[in-house]
Amino acid sequence: MANLLDNFAYATVPPHAQAFRAEVRDFLATEMPTLPADVRARSWMGFDAGFSRRLAARGWVGVTLPQEFGGAALDAFSRFVLVEELLTAGAPVAGHWIADRQSGPLIAKYGTPAQKAFYLPRICAGEAFFCIGMSEPNSGSDLASVGTRATPAADGGWRLNGRKIWTTNAQNCQYMIALVRSSGDPQDRQKGLSQFIVDLSLPGVTVRPIEDLTGDAHFTEVFFDDVSLAADALVGAEGQGWEQVNAELAFERSGPERLYSSIVLLDRWIEVLRDSPDASRHLATVGRFAAHLAALRHLSVSCTARLAAGESPVIEAALVKDIGTTFEQEIPAVISALLGEDPQADVDAELLRTCAYVSQVAPTYSLRGGTREILRGMIARGLGLR
Amino acid sequence: MFAEALEDILRDRCTPAVVRAIEAGDDPMLLWSAIAEAGFLELLAPESAGGAGLPLDEFFEVALLLGRYAVPLPLAQSMAARALLPEGACPAAMLTFAPGLRREADGWCCPQVPFGAIATAVLADDGDALLLFDCQDAQRLPTGVAHSQAAGLRFTAEPQRFARDGQALRAWGAALHAALIAGAMARAFEMTLQYGNERSQFGKSIGKFQAIQHQLSVMAEQVAASRLAARAAFGAGTAPGLLQAALAKARTSEAVVPVAATAHAVHGAIGVTAEYDLQLYTRRLQEWRLAHGSEAHWHPVIGQALLDSGAPVADFIRDLAAA
Repeated sequence: MANLLDNFAYATVPPHAQAFRAEVRDFLATEMPTLPADVRARSWMGFDAGFSRRLAARGWVGVTLPQEFGGAALDAFSRFVLVEELLTAGAPVAGHWIADRQSGPLIAKYGTPAQKAFYLPRICAGEAFFCIGMSEPNSGSDLASVGTRATPAADGGWRLNGRKIWTTNAQNCQYMIALVRSSGDPQDRQKGLSQFIVDLSLPGVTVRPIEDLTGDAHFTEVFFDDVSLAADALVGAEGQGWEQVNAELAFERSGPERLYSSIVLLDRWIEVLRDSPDASRHLATVGRFAAHLAALRHLSVSCTARLAAGESPVIEAALVKDIGTTFEQEIPAVISALLGEDPQADVDAELLRTCAYVSQVAPTYSLRGGTREILRGMIARGLGLR
Repeated sequence: MFAEALEDILRDRCTPAVVRAIEAGDDPMLLWSAIAEAGFLELLAPESAGGAGLPLDEFFEVALLLGRYAVPLPLAQSMAARALLPEGACPAAMLTFAPGLRREADGWCCPQVPFGAIATAVLADDGDALLLFDCQDAQRLPTGVAHSQAAGLRFTAEPQRFARDGQALRAWGAALHAALIAGAMARAFEMTLQYGNERSQFGKSIGKFQAIQHQLSVMAEQVAASRLAARAAFGAGTAPGLLQAALAKARTSEAVVPVAATAHAVHGAIGVTAEYDLQLYTRRLQEWRLAHGSEAHWHPVIGQALLDSGAPVADFIRDLAAA
């Protein structure tokens, strides 16, 4: 129980990863497009295949994958630094993001030699972008109830039927890793689920973008109508999808991606304040955000140290994600109120657009990657309450 | 290893009954002597002065324990004074730190001094020098808060003066209290979690109710964040940096309200009774939130430094974490 808190040992980013930061900054200084803050604020929703390929050419897609597959074989700390730099700069990372963070490591861990040989070099070259098919119309937080089904076919392959929703960026991806039911029925819950790599160009796959409230269309709905999958579309073992997915989510939840979703807005606001005559009125707010971010980053670095040591801090990652998204959601809430403090005042238009965008999408921060309520349940389990 | 040895003593000698007795006015010297005679006051003194020369990060574990056991003595301050004062200059006194100092017509006034009611020496900073006051002739101004050992102090006798190392005293005061808060929070959290597992209502332990689970999960987040925020002020070097201490004190102080509130909410009415031990920790959390500056004091300090730095916020906090 108290072990959960003891698991957050204080750690710092080691020198090799600190040194790596300078390389990343050099790269971003020349290769990152110049974009206004409201576009940079989209960062991990921002798709730019050219940027992802330049990053891949530099060797930084598939950063934790083995070198034999074209990966950079960097440790968790170096990846932390890379991601931290990309996100604080507001780089458009949506193209390669999922493949780098989740799909690549998953295939490296559970894939067959042939799957590794086929997919990993393409991921590392920025040629294969992946999306994650977990949610369904009736199965979001209740992930174990997924109903999309892969049925064994006579040729040893599978027939896929069903649909996924809230899939980020499927319209720009070549592949999806989908969690689907391969045996039993929904009452079997976690049993009988498997992960499949679905080539999105196959006949029977339809991707429909969903426009969101900001005018963007990053989410999609993906339909599978009798899609014919080859036998080697299965990743890992049939029926082991649940365990595989949970290991995968530990990568997703603890990293810098859970601290920096609103950072472009915060930095833009601070820049505007620096030129403003009444900055002194906002010092406490600025200082509070800095104090919160400092503590959150310590939590995230602590988790990264566990990942670097080969552990899988699933519960700790849930804790970091929940408190991290709380911080990410407070930033637009507070800044928005301050921008509306004086109805007569001119507001920097770029800041206003950035704040509006972040405010509108901030509710999704505590939905994606596991809802707040699911995460708090996981923490409670870690505390021995269930 | 020093922390383990200290905990052995605290477990036996600093029980909740002892804490209550000292708060009620019993002689603190028995507990003080037990710790002083074991040499713990000299943990931060240099080895050349017969001390342990304990690195700052290891000292954090010691300060954490003092919070965890609600130690009713200014031990953390007395230990840190050995690092602030020149070798051999620290008196064999129950020494505490003054968060503030005012020059008055006939002497000096130090408001809201933690352990001011029992301390026998006070170290203050007048902006030019460190002033070491003997409390023998001090006028003590109790806060009137029940069981509190904080007090204002008025001095007329001349203090001893020592060279001042920037804002080291201010940083130590904040950093120590951040660690004490983190320690007391850890204990309050353990008690609350245990109570949630034991207390039964509607036929099952209240910890089985989702509403309680979610409160405890959020409390765990606050406690974990506070612990690492406090720890970060105890990095390299021999003294906490001012901004590192500011980040630590601001974050831990802000967490006091939700942590204490949840601890009491889960405990129900028993939690606020004098006979139940939870109050030993939550009273301190509330008092230490103010001691050496609450978040309302430190947030603008951090904010000004961030604006002055010209750096993006992530660079700013990272540079402080590395320093």
